[in-house]
Amino acid sequence: MTNPNGRFGIHGGQYIPETLMNAVIELEEAYNHYKDDAEFNRELSMLFNEYAGRPSRLYYAEKMTKDLGGAKIYLKREDLNHTGAHKINNVLGQALLAKKMGKSRLIAETGAGQHGVATATAAALMGMECVVFMGEEDTVRQALNVYRMRLLGAQVVPVRTGTATLKDAVSEAMREWTSRISDTHYCLGSVMGPHPFPTIVRDFQAVISREIKEQIQKKEGRLPDVVLACVGGGSNAIGSFYHFIGDEKVKLIGCEAAGRGIDTFETAATIATGRLGIFHGMKSYFCQDKDGQIAPVYSISAGLDYPGIGPEHAYLHDIGRAVYVPVTDEEAVNAFEYLAKTEGIIPAIESAHAVAHAIKIAPAMDKDKIVVITISGRGDKDCAAIARYRGEDIHE
Amino acid sequence: MSNIKKAFERGKAFIAFLTCGDPDLETTAGAVRAAVENGADLIELGIPFSDPTAEGPVIQEANVRALKGSITTDKIFDFVRELRRDIKVPMVFMTYANVVFSYGAEKFISTCREIEIDGLILPDLPFEEKGEFQPLCSQYGVDLISLVAPTSENRIAMIAKEAEGFLYIVSSLGVTGTRSEIRTDISSITDVVRQNTGIPCAVGFGISTPEQARSMAALSDGAIVGSAIVKLLEQYGREAPKYIGEYVKSMKEAMVSPIKN
Repeated sequence: MTNPNGRFGIHGGQYIPETLMNAVIELEEAYNHYKDDAEFNRELSMLFNEYAGRPSRLYYAEKMTKDLGGAKIYLKREDLNHTGAHKINNVLGQALLAKKMGKSRLIAETGAGQHGVATATAAALMGMECVVFMGEEDTVRQALNVYRMRLLGAQVVPVRTGTATLKDAVSEAMREWTSRISDTHYCLGSVMGPHPFPTIVRDFQAVISREIKEQIQKKEGRLPDVVLACVGGGSNAIGSFYHFIGDEKVKLIGCEAAGRGIDTFETAATIATGRLGIFHGMKSYFCQDKDGQIAPVYSISAGLDYPGIGPEHAYLHDIGRAVYVPVTDEEAVNAFEYLAKTEGIIPAIESAHAVAHAIKIAPAMDKDKIVVITISGRGDKDCAAIARYRGEDIHE
Repeated sequence: MSNIKKAFERGKAFIAFLTCGDPDLETTAGAVRAAVENGADLIELGIPFSDPTAEGPVIQEANVRALKGSITTDKIFDFVRELRRDIKVPMVFMTYANVVFSYGAEKFISTCREIEIDGLILPDLPFEEKGEFQPLCSQYGVDLISLVAPTSENRIAMIAKEAEGFLYIVSSLGVTGTRSEIRTDISSITDVVRQNTGIPCAVGFGISTPEQARSMAALSDGAIVGSAIVKLLEQYGREAPKYIGEYVKSMKEAMVSPIKN
């Protein structure tokens, strides 16, 4: 899908300061070398299987299927991975790559804290130093994850600039990388930023759709009709979509965070409300005002609270290969509670956005249709915030 | 011929950076005039951006102050049009790619031409992405200014060969902001630059004291100062222009006086 200068259609590219250019070129060269290296792939498979607990289960949600009365619903259980989310797939790949490149220090941004926790975990495992940038607002919303990162030996830097959320954490991580490059790898957490990150992160996350394909063939003897995943930057979604892109009968649906609704300013639904722009190293769609100032987006989900979308998603949207739908806070919270009560699975509030859309579409589908929902992460981290949303104050 | 060359005709050039609308456009106008009257050879006008990823805390805050005052790209164009009645030194815009792209690149760049903006500095537009705006810049005679960094190494020659206006040498790793010491071997960069281009080069990032300006200018054709000036705006607000005038004077004097050993 990628052409040589890192474009997906008109999207992507390398819109970054000159200071970082040799660093991304070095990264691209290293990645191109190691991605086909047998030893690298053996080590990565070992980490995926023995450490992260892959392959993750593809679970038939029978109660949910019966309750909704339509399509058969399968859940791709990325929440069962070590550290509780799909983020570990990318992080193990990048940390191993960084180590091969001779880097001794990982920096990362984090929104919900899942990518920060995953990076801190990989750093601990591989004996690397780790600094995580996190919007101050998010350090409050996700206090438990801040503690987990510290416990894992990482330094957590609260970011107070801008809206003090994910986009500001990305900006601050980029600033840090420009000041310290030689020993530091920026372990970017989603399929965004300058080339080669959108490609590298996608490739490490593509294990999700590779497994879904094998597992559903085994269970159903055919491909699914719909694959659903939540989208912020879009890493679990591209991972869930990737090996189905060529199978045109498989409908790919990304669920964006609409916050309080796409007709309000309190939204983070980029495809629904954004327009083409250049930010954080890439050309893609961004929520912005008429002067190109990046919008202060909002979602109950710290992990989807980002004003842009990865360039490959922007391209899949342009060519109509994937569809992106907005899901509100209220719908996501309802789905969060629904999955807990129906299947005994507490999904991350991010993943609950995908569950919410399945609840909307599955009842109207025939019983012989198959929907796969990627549960990108577990929801323990969100319990306090959802309780607050419901007017209940609990201590974490 | 690029109008920017004129900034380098009076010896070592002092280049002053200001964020438009910090804290309001009247103050920016006063600051530009004070800088020019006291020897600034080129004015770099920052168009604020919500997420200035190449800036340190001082200029980030200036962006926040300016945006709080409801500054827009159109207001800045009108402001420059007015300023051009008496300010004759070369002026360039410094902003981020999205500000130009989102306005409509052709509309933005053709307006630059109309209001006599001589160049554009876009820190998030490296050599590989120049094609985004270069054809329009060439069409309208606006110099798209290239940057080289301490990490550029094997890229310096390639960048210098196609550079126009002046070449911006980033003195240090990291973001903008004052530094007590600049450790990069600037002369090793300027040597490669000189072998590959005849256009002037100036050093920026981290320069705040007259001594730093003098030593950086001695190695190149000029010094660019941003955060130190913006700090005066942060400190004195609407009273800042007179302090900026005094500051520019001290910097320019240091740059043109011979180095005493």
